Amino acid sequence: MSFLEYAPAPESRAILSLRDRYGLFIDGEFVDGRGTPFQTISPATEEHIATIANANEADVADAVAAARRAYDRTWSRMSGRDRGKYLFRIARLVQERSRELAVAESLDNGKPIKESRDVDVPLVAAWFFYYAGWADKLDHAGLGGDPRSLGVAAQVIPWNFPLLMLAWKIAPALAAGNTVVLKPAETTPLTALIFAEILQQAELPPGVVNIITGAGDTGAALVAHDGVDKVAFTGSTAVGRAIAKQIAGTDKRVTLELGGKAANIVFDDAPMDQAIEGIVNGIFFNQGHVCCAGSRLLVQENIHDEVVERLKLRLATLRLGDPLDKNTDIGAINSKEQLERIHELSEIGVAEGADRWSAPCEIPENGFWYAPTIFTNVQTSSRIARDEIFGPVLSVLTFRTPAEAIAKANNTPYGLSAGIWTDKGSRILAVADQLRAGVVWANTFNRFDPASPFGGYKESGYGREGGRHGLAAYLAPAATVGRGGAQFSTGRGGAQRRLETGAAAAPADLDTASERPTRSTETAAKPARRTRRTAKPAKKGAAK
Amino acid sequence: MSRLAVPKTYKLYIGGAFPRSESGRTYEVVSASGAFLANAAKASRKDARDAVVAARAAVSGWGGATAYNRGQVLYRIAELLEGRRAQFIAEIEEAEGVTRAVASAQVDESIDRWVWYAGWADKFAQVAGNANPVAGPYFNISVPEPTGVVAIVVPQDSSLLGFVSAVAPALVAGNSVVAVASERFPLSAISLAEVLATSDVPKGVVNVLTGSPAEIAPWLASHADVNALDLVGAGDLDWISLEIEAADTLKRVLRPEQGPDAAAPALGRISAFTETKTVWHTKSLR
Amino acid sequence: MPAPISAGTSLVTARERALAVLGGESDDATLRRYLHGIAGVDAVGLEQRAAALGTRSIKTTSKKWALDRIISLIDLTTLEGADTPGKVRSLVAKALNADPADATTPRVAAVCVYGDMVPSAVDALGAAHGDPDDGGIAVAAVATAFPSGRASLDIKLADTAEAVAAGADEIDMVIDRGAFLAGRYGLVFDQIAAVKEACRRPDGTSASLKVILETGELMTYDNVRRASWLSILAGGDFIKTSTGKVQPAATLPVTLLMLEVVRDWHLMTGQRIGVKPAGGIRASKDAIKYLVTVAETAGEEWLQPHLFRFGASSLLNDVLLQRQKITSGHYSGADYVTID
Repeated sequence: MSFLEYAPAPESRAILSLRDRYGLFIDGEFVDGRGTPFQTISPATEEHIATIANANEADVADAVAAARRAYDRTWSRMSGRDRGKYLFRIARLVQERSRELAVAESLDNGKPIKESRDVDVPLVAAWFFYYAGWADKLDHAGLGGDPRSLGVAAQVIPWNFPLLMLAWKIAPALAAGNTVVLKPAETTPLTALIFAEILQQAELPPGVVNIITGAGDTGAALVAHDGVDKVAFTGSTAVGRAIAKQIAGTDKRVTLELGGKAANIVFDDAPMDQAIEGIVNGIFFNQGHVCCAGSRLLVQENIHDEVVERLKLRLATLRLGDPLDKNTDIGAINSKEQLERIHELSEIGVAEGADRWSAPCEIPENGFWYAPTIFTNVQTSSRIARDEIFGPVLSVLTFRTPAEAIAKANNTPYGLSAGIWTDKGSRILAVADQLRAGVVWANTFNRFDPASPFGGYKESGYGREGGRHGLAAYLAPAATVGRGGAQFSTGRGGAQRRLETGAAAAPADLDTASERPTRSTETAAKPARRTRRTAKPAKKGAAK
Repeated sequence: MSRLAVPKTYKLYIGGAFPRSESGRTYEVVSASGAFLANAAKASRKDARDAVVAARAAVSGWGGATAYNRGQVLYRIAELLEGRRAQFIAEIEEAEGVTRAVASAQVDESIDRWVWYAGWADKFAQVAGNANPVAGPYFNISVPEPTGVVAIVVPQDSSLLGFVSAVAPALVAGNSVVAVASERFPLSAISLAEVLATSDVPKGVVNVLTGSPAEIAPWLASHADVNALDLVGAGDLDWISLEIEAADTLKRVLRPEQGPDAAAPALGRISAFTETKTVWHTKSLR
Repeated sequence: MPAPISAGTSLVTARERALAVLGGESDDATLRRYLHGIAGVDAVGLEQRAAALGTRSIKTTSKKWALDRIISLIDLTTLEGADTPGKVRSLVAKALNADPADATTPRVAAVCVYGDMVPSAVDALGAAHGDPDDGGIAVAAVATAFPSGRASLDIKLADTAEAVAAGADEIDMVIDRGAFLAGRYGLVFDQIAAVKEACRRPDGTSASLKVILETGELMTYDNVRRASWLSILAGGDFIKTSTGKVQPAATLPVTLLMLEVVRDWHLMTGQRIGVKPAGGIRASKDAIKYLVTVAETAGEEWLQPHLFRFGASSLLNDVLLQRQKITSGHYSGADYVTID
């Protein structure tokens, strides 16, 4: 027998007790949605998992109103110490139910259980632990003494790390004293709904977190809602751009974590075996459904052939298949639409003259799959070197000097992340200085930690999540809080001001968002109209 | 009164174990009304020496653990303390002669301080450290690191809160601690040691000595393998002499604080027992 | 990476092969240039990769295969100052009949003893003494002033020759770690090459040479990688992590690194070198992680006695307990496996 064919080692689904139907989680309870319910399926088998409620505009309004009530009556008045205790509870409950969450995540998303078990869910718990500790330490957040929360945060997250993105959004928002309406991606709502059950176990006051499910139009309605003070979006640059336009002229503050086309730069003195692992991890982690994936391998020309050869040998050992098998390295592509996009760009790569090589692996009959693929002979002008593929596809380019590597790495509208592989410390730091990217990994890749800020330059978005910066994104300095006047108190440029300040805490005497005279009807209505026009890309596009 | 109680023997806490004093000595602990409560161990200079050895051995593991891990362990202390809340309230009521409400408040505040300091573990360096924009082709960053072994004379006028308020901050950055408990109210400190022993705190990270601070403190102040000395509860001792002793090996010293809010929660109590390390590294493309 | 040389080149001696690879003499300076020119190791990445390999879940049929394969790759070892002929006979009996209750139990690859115990081992094995690839049990002897290696070359060579003459099939030598750390790579090379010569028998055949790096004393991964290359260049048939007398002994990251070296050597020369982690591997669960690491790094063909061994003693009984669990369906206990 072949030992390497390891017998199946499936993680048991018995740990899951899923419901047939999930409602919207509004004001601490599950309620029916008024839109047409939709199915969530396993991308590995295309089997139905559960029926999910669909929030229409009225449901969105209910959720925002619930969040507003909770903000005014409970959460904004609660001590930081107590807010922190709720977050610690949530962290502990996530740890206690971690295996269940991991299984649900792999089932719904298609990612390998070893990733959901060893990366996603532990980071979720870590995120809540980290921000739990901040809740009573806001004076140290870097905004001066007694900073204030913003109000109601509308959070729209993608399907690639469903629960982790939820944690990145909810933990700092609650720690800072905001309340939340969160919309998970249409294809991956499951863990967010289990998370809602965790919130019930934690006895979080009703309305502090509301989770509404639906497609892009639900997200667009949420972002556009007049009662929202802060928008946090992770997903595609196209949708991010639409949101930025939509909220233009309002007081809403916004954080956007968008697409990427990261360069992973390998110098000829790199620790070779670790670089190969780093390249593999950089692009094939989570099937390449990673906004910060190292999708452009920039390798020094004098080691190009060796690196490609070693990479192919290594990729041949990757195991593609059942996401719930503990030995699976590459799971399923999250959706049919995404798979089609990967196929399309891959064909363009071939048409443009690049050489395609795919790892030899058996593709299961049902479900959505794409074998790990490398393109060599790729030029900087190729579509596969410029467009975010968001799949297990690596484009290999070469460079001759550090300056050329930097120039090529920066030659993209994106700027989320980058990797550097070399044994030479001074080169790491100098290259890192010149890369226009929000996260730079040296001799490692795809590392995340709640203490470490994450976010992009250029069209990869703005704002940071994680660390102190991630906390500050949900706070305003004490002095600048106040209706309207905030805009003129910081002395910043207009564009900056819109992004950095703007939001105002709501007065306690008003219960619902719709009653808030924050903005003139006219300015509030305009972006809302634009919302509907730009809503389309949000569907499925909510991918980081 | 239907059942005869089984009283607890209160011993020292050194290196994760609960030994009696090597000297064989005990002293009588009495309640506020003068009733006998227990015979607490009366630690000797050799017990103090053993405690320092245990603390030193624990420094690399505790200081070397990730900040996230330390935070989790400190939070775990709060969880276990919450579970034994009733025990501590009863102990404090009896020892200090205070009302249940006052004792409860002391226990609750003690739990919450563990939580507060637990939260600092993975944030403290973000507040106390920084990148330094030096004028040259250098990467330059300053980070706080633990000082090492911290000897603490805890506040003497409370059973639990003073002990927690002094010990918790020293642990945040990764120091290990030799704590001299309140001479008059030592029992809760030993009960807390039972919590520490079962809450993932590695052995030797916290060591608790009961007995006479006046007798033990000079040995700790002069001990060459102690890096820092917190005299917060040493106001009634000849603390100036202790500070002079400590100066022989240039120990970091915190001076006595008086009143009910001695050792109040503060970032300064963490940073007092850290060293700032600045790292320079060249930057060049060539 | 060094420039490849063709696999077909006929290289008679280790020295000739080494000189071809080095492109120069095997002196300190040339070896230093070569060994320090090999790509460095990033320790964090190496350890993460090892940890990831350690999360493979080996179940059912794969587990049964793995347990049997582990047994067949064990060098059952006794290396105590208190060893006696009686102890060695007991060890050999265990090697021959690991689980008296289950005749399907495979035999271990070899017994590993001190040089002066080789006659006792050969005698006790009798007809079973032979090549493990052919179902026999080999006799391995530690030599060259094991474990410290602190003796003159003459004594190391005599130590080796005596064990070979007494019937040892395999020699587990230690390198001079002092010389290695002092940068005297030429001396280390020459000693290994000389010991290799001392492994020759009068009939022209040769005992297999395992070179112990004692990675716990080399400390850095870069050192382990260089010592691995040096040992292979000098003619070692196997590279082995540890004597078992120094902590840490075998670790998964160190073994992974050594497997990467033999993989690269094979890519470069076509020759397969063996790897032997030794010391500290006591549980089946851990041993399975090593099998996974071998299979996913050097390749599954390395999981044969002439290319991979475990230097272990207590591991065998833990594997037997796991085997019994699979066979019977319930957990077994220490009283149901024999001690040697």
